[in-house]
Amino acid sequence: MLSGIELAQAQQLLASIQKKLPGQLAIMEVCGTHTTAISKYGLRPLLEPLRLLSGPGCPVCVTAAGDLDRMIALAGAGCIVATFGDLLRVPGSKTSLEQEQADGADVRIVYSPLDALKIAANNRQRPVVFLGVGFETTAPAMALAVKQAKERGLTNFYLYSCLKTVVPALHALLAAPHGLDGLLLPGHVSSVIGRQAQDFVASLYGMPAAVVGFGERDILLGIAAVVRMIEEGKPGVINAYPRVVREEGNLLAQKLLAETFNIAAAEWRGFGVIPASGYVLKPEFAGHDAALLFDLPHGAVPQEQEACRCGDVLRGAIIPTECALFAGRCLPLTPLGPCMVSSEGACAAYYRYDRKKGVAPA
Amino acid sequence: MCIGMPCRVITRSGELGTVEYCGNSREINFALVPQAGNGEWVLVHAGLALQIIGEDEAEQLLALLEEFYAERD
Repeated sequence: MLSGIELAQAQQLLASIQKKLPGQLAIMEVCGTHTTAISKYGLRPLLEPLRLLSGPGCPVCVTAAGDLDRMIALAGAGCIVATFGDLLRVPGSKTSLEQEQADGADVRIVYSPLDALKIAANNRQRPVVFLGVGFETTAPAMALAVKQAKERGLTNFYLYSCLKTVVPALHALLAAPHGLDGLLLPGHVSSVIGRQAQDFVASLYGMPAAVVGFGERDILLGIAAVVRMIEEGKPGVINAYPRVVREEGNLLAQKLLAETFNIAAAEWRGFGVIPASGYVLKPEFAGHDAALLFDLPHGAVPQEQEACRCGDVLRGAIIPTECALFAGRCLPLTPLGPCMVSSEGACAAYYRYDRKKGVAPA
Repeated sequence: MCIGMPCRVITRSGELGTVEYCGNSREINFALVPQAGNGEWVLVHAGLALQIIGEDEAEQLLALLEEFYAERD
């Protein structure tokens, strides 16, 4: 927790800079954990009229409806399906993994894809599919699981990859009309990809940005740095989390990803298909690629359920409270969209922390 | 999913090792931070250590995760 003095200093700094700026500033926290942390610390009402907007940094939330349906179909096809808990309750177009599990499908929550490998070793007669959702933080563990499966001859282990890479999403976000004045860049994803891989945010798009950690002080200082760059008209991508993030990131992790995956177009909720934004297994691992080996539904699936506006939330076009379903028909126990389900989802964070604090729509 | 778990290294054995997180121990893979030694703190994502971190950072992240999970319980 910040001391009262530290908080007062941070507020003073922000207030003094904001006074010099015309209009209302909008800064996006790209990472879903930052969204949750900002809501948890109650920073949104504290920093008004600065608008803090959520971005495409919740992996479960940006998973396309068609991919959800294909993962749910795998659960209904007699496979043992293993995945992270966050995915369980996300609604597909007709059902969810949780519903399939209740109806008898063998869906197992694991902490690591390496645990799913153990399940495959203990159930050699059954296909075991790991549902791979995540960014550069979780993708290395999945790469390692697939490599180990191949080395160990675990031919019943498969990956269904919905893994995504963050940089192309930032391009997609910034190349389109957006109304943003600055970005807070992910902390732990940046520990893998490095700060310098995100220099284009400023050099190509003129957008000030800071890589930030997850504490209150980290976030406030990151915001202050971004606001200062806006005020001075000198955009850059600064590293406000040098305790963890290096210029070049984790080179061994980058090498493992490059050895295991090719980069291909991928569909993102809220963005549609973004070129070169998804990790797909290289041909030498085709024997472990569930997308190639299982007969899965491929028809067009609407991105959203009814009036769900998760897509707009993920682009920072609205805040969750501006969705007509929020806290009415869409609730944590009966979610209509993924942003109300995931622990990193913006709607879940606003519901849990901001709803009663009067965070106002624009 | 996008926040790593700060874990203290208990033992190492080749690519594998045991870490402690909130009083529980578990085996993880160290292929991507082979230099991590006993007693050091690492950020772990999905069973894989990705970064060595300092004790201060580890304690801050532990407090943050504890707050998050306490709210959800």
